[in-house]
Amino acid sequence: MIELIKEPWPWYIAGPLIALMMFLLLFFGKNFGLSSNLRTMCSIGGAGRFSEFFRFDWKSQIWNLILLSGVVLGGFIASEYMSSAAPMDLNSDIIIELQSLGIKNPGEQLLPEELFATDAIFSLRGMILLVGGGVLIGFGTRWAGGCTSGHAISGLSNLQLPSLIAVIGFFIGGITMTYFFLPIILSL
Amino acid sequence: MRKIKFLFAGLLLGIIFTKSEVVSWYRIYEMFKFKSFHMFGIIGSAIITGIIIIQVIKKRRIKSINGTSILFTPKQITWKRYLFGGTIFGLGWAMTGACPGPIFTLVGNGYLSFLVVVFSALIGTFLYGYFIKKLPH
Repeated sequence: MIELIKEPWPWYIAGPLIALMMFLLLFFGKNFGLSSNLRTMCSIGGAGRFSEFFRFDWKSQIWNLILLSGVVLGGFIASEYMSSAAPMDLNSDIIIELQSLGIKNPGEQLLPEELFATDAIFSLRGMILLVGGGVLIGFGTRWAGGCTSGHAISGLSNLQLPSLIAVIGFFIGGITMTYFFLPIILSL
Repeated sequence: MRKIKFLFAGLLLGIIFTKSEVVSWYRIYEMFKFKSFHMFGIIGSAIITGIIIIQVIKKRRIKSINGTSILFTPKQITWKRYLFGGTIFGLGWAMTGACPGPIFTLVGNGYLSFLVVVFSALIGTFLYGYFIKKLPH
């Protein structure tokens, strides 16, 4: 049993579990959406002085910040006590493609060392990916009013057309980046 | 202390995100290249399970833990903010390989570089709030 938990979890376990977490939050009287925490943090940091958008009762969102601290802690527990040393089971075409883009051992760890190891922060492409990617995530999720949890999971589960438009947007952006811009950034 | 249940819910989410490899840049790269079913399976099965759950909640009028009814607020009917904002987010998702939950989970996984992503995402959120009136919604 313990060994089974240490293996990577298949999609048909993870997907329904995420939906059950959404149900649990609804049952607690809350909505599943993680990106709104970024707005709450800005409000706590005093962003209300610059924009009305950040002047709201952020104390009503404390539950979500507590949830988010669990999301960090869960990552720690999973990597510390539940990880297996086996490499990831990636698509073979993708492995060859990434090697040609300069990533030496695709799938050996969860993320490519070349891009996300701590010292990558000080490289040009690391900076572009981390800072550029972060800014786009923060700006885009708030403009769209939600991220993968709020739109793709909660919104589509409730058959919301706006969420479908948002998810189509996620893919337009993601495909454009992966096909056209990532090869350029990775070659820097 | 009643809020401790949210810590446990988050903890489970962080474990699910890590063990299902949703936090992996490689999985997001594969998804946007349509070369693996894994991410589509996760998001798809979550939505199908979610649709069933929400239908049951509505039909059976299931109440929340506080005894109040579970309400669903419909999203604003418009398209610009969803399409434009969604596209911007998609660009960032493909760059970092992580969405707003996993950027925090990865910090817990020991990837300290993601503290830079979190901080930058806060700046991005701030910029949205600052320019909110100039953007189409």
